[in-house]
Amino acid sequence: MFTTFRVIVMRDLTLAMRRRTDLLTTLFFFIIVISLFPLGVGTEKAILRQIAPGIAWVAALLASMLALERLFASDFQDGTLEQMMLAPQPLSVLVLAKIAAHWLLTGLPLVLIAPLVGLQYGLSTGSLGIMMLALLIGTPTLSLVGAIGAALTLGLRGGGVLLSLLVLPLYIPVLIYGAGAVSTSATSMVDTQPYLMLLTGFMIFALVLAPWATAAALRISSE
Amino acid sequence: MLTVSNITCSRGDRTLFRDLSFSVAAGDLLHLKGKNGSGKTTLLRSLCGLFLPESGDIRWNQTSIRALGEEYFREVVYLGHHNGIKDDLTALENLHIAAVLDGDDSDETRILAALDRIGLGGYEDLPTRVLSQGQKRRVALARLLLTKSPLWILDEPFTALDTAAVDLLQEIIREHVALGGMIIITTHQEVALTSGQARQLELDN
Repeated sequence: MFTTFRVIVMRDLTLAMRRRTDLLTTLFFFIIVISLFPLGVGTEKAILRQIAPGIAWVAALLASMLALERLFASDFQDGTLEQMMLAPQPLSVLVLAKIAAHWLLTGLPLVLIAPLVGLQYGLSTGSLGIMMLALLIGTPTLSLVGAIGAALTLGLRGGGVLLSLLVLPLYIPVLIYGAGAVSTSATSMVDTQPYLMLLTGFMIFALVLAPWATAAALRISSE
Repeated sequence: MLTVSNITCSRGDRTLFRDLSFSVAAGDLLHLKGKNGSGKTTLLRSLCGLFLPESGDIRWNQTSIRALGEEYFREVVYLGHHNGIKDDLTALENLHIAAVLDGDDSDETRILAALDRIGLGGYEDLPTRVLSQGQKRRVALARLLLTKSPLWILDEPFTALDTAAVDLLQEIIREHVALGGMIIITTHQEVALTSGQARQLELDN
């Protein structure tokens, strides 16, 4: 089962490496959205510092949405998804492998690029550390929850819009506590702990339920 | 043995077939016939467990395939309209992934031997994107040479193949049946067997 998991993760990473444009879209989308706000709002340090957590998280949410549609779509079109469903392996494990690869390609780059936000918005090093940590714990939840939506809207016309309507409301808890952690870190580092704990809780909850729900949704969508 | 009893399938409001029953035992080849839209593909997908029939029962060795779940998938290979290969990966990578997924031996020499037999020797390191339709089909067919599953469900396997490949696939089918395998196939070709039992099932609504 671990071999299968590893092979599927490697497969998706190899595919992404051979099609690098898809990979860079998400990252550049995030960078551009982040950069637009200081231009529009003005360079007042105090204001920027106050809105930074919210903007960074909203941008992360939208960026991870952007790539979700492709999570199963191409496998669905060329029949490889069908073959996965017919493999004598638990579909939820294969789905989890695909989600893991998706996170490595879209979530992890956002965590690594977060210091750029710090530079543009004048965040302190402490806040920046908390932001990276919160993104590291929060973005897997986005990929996991998003996968359920991607599976449900698979093969539908206009599935992309439906997907955002379906998934974005479910992202709200991650947004609130993720941005909350970063805002709190400006006043007290110790007080960020409950926020981070809750984010971890969300992630574990999603990790347990999402692959199973996604697998069930895929079986329904492919009938 | 695969036993199908009284299955009814519909797509939308239209009933494709009603109360269909048949069984396939070791060394059997079942040739499904019927005009376009008569429900051949839907029937094959139901037999794989990809489509849920409205009523009726599909059993593998007396146990319902729904109850067997992944156990059943170990016994089945399905080759559908789609080749199920990734365009950006090479033939070798595609077959390696397929072999790992199916729980088969994913040894490289074995995969290379299969590719060689299917007539793709020398093409194994090219991304399948640059191969022709027929060659892509051959990559998909190479899975049949790698699998140990007894039940093959083949949906129009001869499409896009040239005459040499058609002969080769006929030979592979004959070998599988001779070894006690089971095949359910839809095709407009005639499939000649040297051993075992070939039967036909006509779907007409």
